[in-house]
Amino acid sequence: MNDMSVPMELNSSKPAPDEPEEPIERVRVSVRNLSFYYGMHRAVDNVSIDFPSNLITAIIGPSGCGKSTLLRVLNRIYSLYPGQRAEGTVLLDGQDILSPQYKTNELRTKVGMVLQSPTPFAMSIYDNVALAIRHHEKIHRVDLDERIESALRQAALWDEVKGALQKSAFSLSGGQQQRLCIARAIATEPEIVLMDEPTAALDPIATLKIEDLLTDLATRYTIIIVTHNLQQAARVSDRTAFMLLGKLVEVGPTEKMFKEPQYRETNSYITGRFG
Amino acid sequence: MSTLYLRRRLANRAMVVLSTLATAFGLFWLGWIMLTTLTNGFAAISAKLFTQMTPPPGSDGGLLNAFVGSIVMVGIAVVVGTPIGVLAGTFLAEFHRRSRLGSTIRFINDILLSAPSIVVGLFVYELVVRPIGHFSGWAGGLALSIILLPVVVRTTDEMLQLLPSNLREAAFSLGIPKWKVVTAVLYRAASAGLLTGVLLAVARISGETAPLLFTALNNQYWSSSPNGPLANVPVVIFQFAMSPYASWHSLAWAGALMVTLFVLGLAIVSRAILNRGKVSQ
Repeated sequence: MNDMSVPMELNSSKPAPDEPEEPIERVRVSVRNLSFYYGMHRAVDNVSIDFPSNLITAIIGPSGCGKSTLLRVLNRIYSLYPGQRAEGTVLLDGQDILSPQYKTNELRTKVGMVLQSPTPFAMSIYDNVALAIRHHEKIHRVDLDERIESALRQAALWDEVKGALQKSAFSLSGGQQQRLCIARAIATEPEIVLMDEPTAALDPIATLKIEDLLTDLATRYTIIIVTHNLQQAARVSDRTAFMLLGKLVEVGPTEKMFKEPQYRETNSYITGRFG
Repeated sequence: MSTLYLRRRLANRAMVVLSTLATAFGLFWLGWIMLTTLTNGFAAISAKLFTQMTPPPGSDGGLLNAFVGSIVMVGIAVVVGTPIGVLAGTFLAEFHRRSRLGSTIRFINDILLSAPSIVVGLFVYELVVRPIGHFSGWAGGLALSIILLPVVVRTTDEMLQLLPSNLREAAFSLGIPKWKVVTAVLYRAASAGLLTGVLLAVARISGETAPLLFTALNNQYWSSSPNGPLANVPVVIFQFAMSPYASWHSLAWAGALMVTLFVLGLAIVSRAILNRGKVSQ
């Protein structure tokens, strides 16, 4: 809460951020009036935002603004922890994923996630990618091999590991491990891939490789990426959302957001005056 | 300024001297025990130790039946105690990490961890030996498994809790159910720690004497069947060391040496496994 000194003009005469200024072609996920609580603390405050299909949306904002929290609602991973709860609706293909009737594991096969630091499982490279496929589908070995090759290719890792699929995933470098985690997340062919600062733990070259990869992935998946790195948001995303103190300040095409932001807070943040 | 500095240096020096002395005091007894065991034990070691049975007073023999009996009973304890201990540890770490029930069970488990082993022996005597009517290797194995159990529960609980939460999140975000997350991802990630816990528990029970006195008793003849009384190294050491016969004394030293080396070996192996696990992280 030490960002309180930042000028807040969210109630100004400009259009409310929950009314998209220009219509989006195909909305994949539609968040309406979402609030999120860690116990008594409200981390996300009445946020409404649409994520369009097959585009990369970046969520930016200073630490503690609720951007990771928003991401963690979208696959309900927060529900692992008692005391965390979400209010509002999140529509995926017209269904509210926050309703108790929506099965968590079914949701997570549609919404994959890549975390900040690489999290390879203590098994072979092959098994890391195969684990979820084997669980969700009855699949023949030949088909499984194909699926794994396809996932690793999409994650731009295939050429580096094709001769060593049975090696431990720990034998890979940090950047390779993160691409393995991307392959693992897309192996079940989800609709959406959530990425929570996926390059924060990586060196610049590994970061570049993953950024290159994102554009290709967006042809098949809807990507929502949380990042601290403004240049990264500018480089890779089609749309950018700026959050501050749990509220969505504005969202729009990335170029517009960086060239002529509507709000002073956004301008201050992207020009590095705080954050 | 400089007096303060001097005072701190003196206090520091005094603490270093005191703690070094305390360490030396502790190590001195350990060294003495090890030295006595090694010299007397190695003097008593011969090929007969592993080929002959425990002898009657005054004649030559070995400890073959005692080694086999110990292996059988420790084996029973591991087979019985490990799955229960790992499952109970999983229950604590993955299902009741911060709940009241969890902390109550942890507390009770810690009591069991430090329970006098002779009490465990008496408990199994009343529970198994008396109703059945005779001592048996099964009763001995059961008593040992009760001592092994809390060690395994504790290490499983701790090792699973040590796993980073983002590993758990990554596994859950694949949409796989909890049982699969635990068995396919978390157990594998913690495997070095879980194995170490079992090895340390084996080290703990392989020298236990009191619980076997009331359960397996002893057997001076060859037997590898846990259906009857079973010879075992700790009780043989106890019995032979208390006797007036020189040949029994030397066998007791040999047995003590073997148990010590076995425990030392387990400690080294488990240390190596843990270090290997660390490198691969």
